[in-house]
Amino acid sequence: MTDNWEHDSGEATAERAGHAVTKKNGATTGGRSIVIKGGTVVNRGGAARADVLVVDGLVSAVGEDLTGDEILDAAGCHVSSGFVDLHAHLREPGREEAETITTGTRAAALGGYTAVVAMPNTEPAQDCPEVVAFVKARAAEAGWCDVHPAGCITVGRLGKVLAAFETLASVGVRIFTDDGNGVQDPLIMRRALEYSRHLGITLAQHCEVARLTEGAVMHEGQCCSAMGVPGWPAIAEELMLHRDIELVRLTGAPMHFLHLSTAGSVDLVRRAKADGLPVTAEVAPHHLALTDELLRGFDPVFKVNPPLRTAADIAALRAGLLDGTIDAVATDHAPHAHHTKQMPLDSAPPGMLGLETALGVVLTAVSPDPVRVVETMSWNPARIAGIGAEHGRPVARGEPANLAVWDSSRVWTVDRASLASKSRNTPFHGMELRGRNVHTLLRGRVTVRDGIAQESGDARSIGSGGGR
Amino acid sequence: MKHLLSTHDLDVPTVAAIMNVADHMSEINARSVPKVPALLGRTVASVFFEDSTRTRVSFETAAKRLSADTMSFSASTSSVNKGESIRDTIETLSAIGVDAFVVRHASSGVPVSVTEWTDASVVNAGDGWHQHPTQALLDAYTITRELGTGNTLAGVRVAIVGDIKHSRVARSNIDLFARLGARVTLVAPGMLLPAGLAGPGITVTDALDDVLPDVEVLYMLRVQRERMDAGLLPVGGEYSARFGLDERRARMLSGDAIVMHPGPMNRGIEMVMDPAELPGSRILAQVRNGVSVRMAVLFRLLGDGQLGA
Repeated sequence: MTDNWEHDSGEATAERAGHAVTKKNGATTGGRSIVIKGGTVVNRGGAARADVLVVDGLVSAVGEDLTGDEILDAAGCHVSSGFVDLHAHLREPGREEAETITTGTRAAALGGYTAVVAMPNTEPAQDCPEVVAFVKARAAEAGWCDVHPAGCITVGRLGKVLAAFETLASVGVRIFTDDGNGVQDPLIMRRALEYSRHLGITLAQHCEVARLTEGAVMHEGQCCSAMGVPGWPAIAEELMLHRDIELVRLTGAPMHFLHLSTAGSVDLVRRAKADGLPVTAEVAPHHLALTDELLRGFDPVFKVNPPLRTAADIAALRAGLLDGTIDAVATDHAPHAHHTKQMPLDSAPPGMLGLETALGVVLTAVSPDPVRVVETMSWNPARIAGIGAEHGRPVARGEPANLAVWDSSRVWTVDRASLASKSRNTPFHGMELRGRNVHTLLRGRVTVRDGIAQESGDARSIGSGGGR
Repeated sequence: MKHLLSTHDLDVPTVAAIMNVADHMSEINARSVPKVPALLGRTVASVFFEDSTRTRVSFETAAKRLSADTMSFSASTSSVNKGESIRDTIETLSAIGVDAFVVRHASSGVPVSVTEWTDASVVNAGDGWHQHPTQALLDAYTITRELGTGNTLAGVRVAIVGDIKHSRVARSNIDLFARLGARVTLVAPGMLLPAGLAGPGITVTDALDDVLPDVEVLYMLRVQRERMDAGLLPVGGEYSARFGLDERRARMLSGDAIVMHPGPMNRGIEMVMDPAELPGSRILAQVRNGVSVRMAVLFRLLGDGQLGA
């Protein structure tokens, strides 16, 4: 039903000579086609059995019994737009001992991601076009997935002086956040919202009243009382969330709320949305699955900010994700070098790996409904990140072939030693998850095949053994 | 029992057994030559990452009276200041040869982590706000021997007063006293009282004067001066006026009530009067019993069941 050669061009000569040509944007060219065979395609209308033909970086057909030069087996799998992570710490520049853009984006591709928003707490911070350009260039070189650096709200994330939003927006930055340092000063946040309103950008807040969490190690509750460590009370998140919802009401500027962790926060966002305010919210996989009880052994691998909370919070977050109060699952992928996670619980840095386990956690802990999974892991985050023209698209003819092929019934045991991240701090080590990404395509190029990252050399050779 | 990390490691029969052995140790300590060969050839390393005089001396005395060799490591004289990690320190000392580590650290949970880095036994000598299990044992032992209740605290009325929130002694004592049957009342202002500590046998109040006439044991906790500097306590002498032990309050105690304190005391804060003027004070008995109880603990962890005396 589709002519495999309709996109052929002069470059095909080079390809036939054994050298695939890669365009600047990473899309394969040369007309060699890939058919994703035997899967169930997930779109807004639902999930339906269909093959997907990819040519020249685009979906060229979706239908029955398609053929191509190369086949990706998708039997028993879902085929959807690639996942988009609103919240990844890639650590480069500055903390390359924990992660680099190459290792972090390879982990992302393995998790089914085709785009990630890189948090700005690098050293130097992503508060100027030079650092943003560096991160983008590194990501393009690595070629595993698109990286969209988030800008800072304030210079150096110090909460004092507004960053140059317009300058950063002009080089493509769409999300601005001081991340781990939530903007404490209400006047600065008000000004930031007022200034951002007509720039087509979104501010993202890490909700934490810092004065209420000084020295905090874990969720303030029964467990924390018994363990004798400083607590991180739910109210510290909810107070800041409430303040910023009211500032959104005052200014009319949109705001995104990062990694919400409490039942009270879900209620606040639900009411704000009912009032028609332009707010969006994300939740991290670990907050959907793990409780503060895991800290009882004082293992810093379970330390994260905001902290793991209670079963009641988990239930509220799951409900919020299913009813649309929470828009997106965002990993808060936060690699830390092994030795730093061997420090005492109170001095070890907070943070957990997430990119390779997010899909499995969501499918296991929240919902097996493929439409809701793709909505919260691809469509919504792409829209919030301002990259909805490239990512989170329908799987349909003419759309960019940024795709994930995943098996929602595959049961696997997380092994920290076999993760692609440079760090090992996954809280899911040894746990059994149901659901795993199998293949990933970035603009038609296979970045992951059968769960194995395709190094660029491999990627170039794809097709030579195709046509099975 | 390989380690003693928390009072939660101690069931009631184990506590009774340790108390019985501590009686033997007290008898040994009363001899003209207070030393037995029970742990001859064993090495006990006290590894203190936080300053302490009394606990360290108490443990080292206990080890020596059982004829163990002792090894001493403190953060101020060590390479920890040069950035050596706790793990490196433990692994290095283990390689030299250690049978038991006695560990103190300002961070909660460190002794728990230490068990993963050595095959030796680990005794928690106080970690952060978390636990100080030998303190709880020596306090329970002191109460039972002073009140003559055998190895139980059944029905004994104990008030623990002061900075519960930041106190490893409180966390250990509350747990152990309650499980030994005591009726424990926690007396503290709200900001020094974490949520969720009340439970079976444990009640909470901020009215010290209402509690005093009825208690058999008044346990005063240390309030660190830095808590005042951090703005945690009200201005002036209000904390001492409401929660300090002064002569008026001492007179409200029943005649045979005893007063305890884990030391070191902060005179003028929680201890407003001279403890020497307190007939019920058992503060020095606690210190004495501490050696016997720690001997019993080390013997239980490292000994072969024979005191060899």
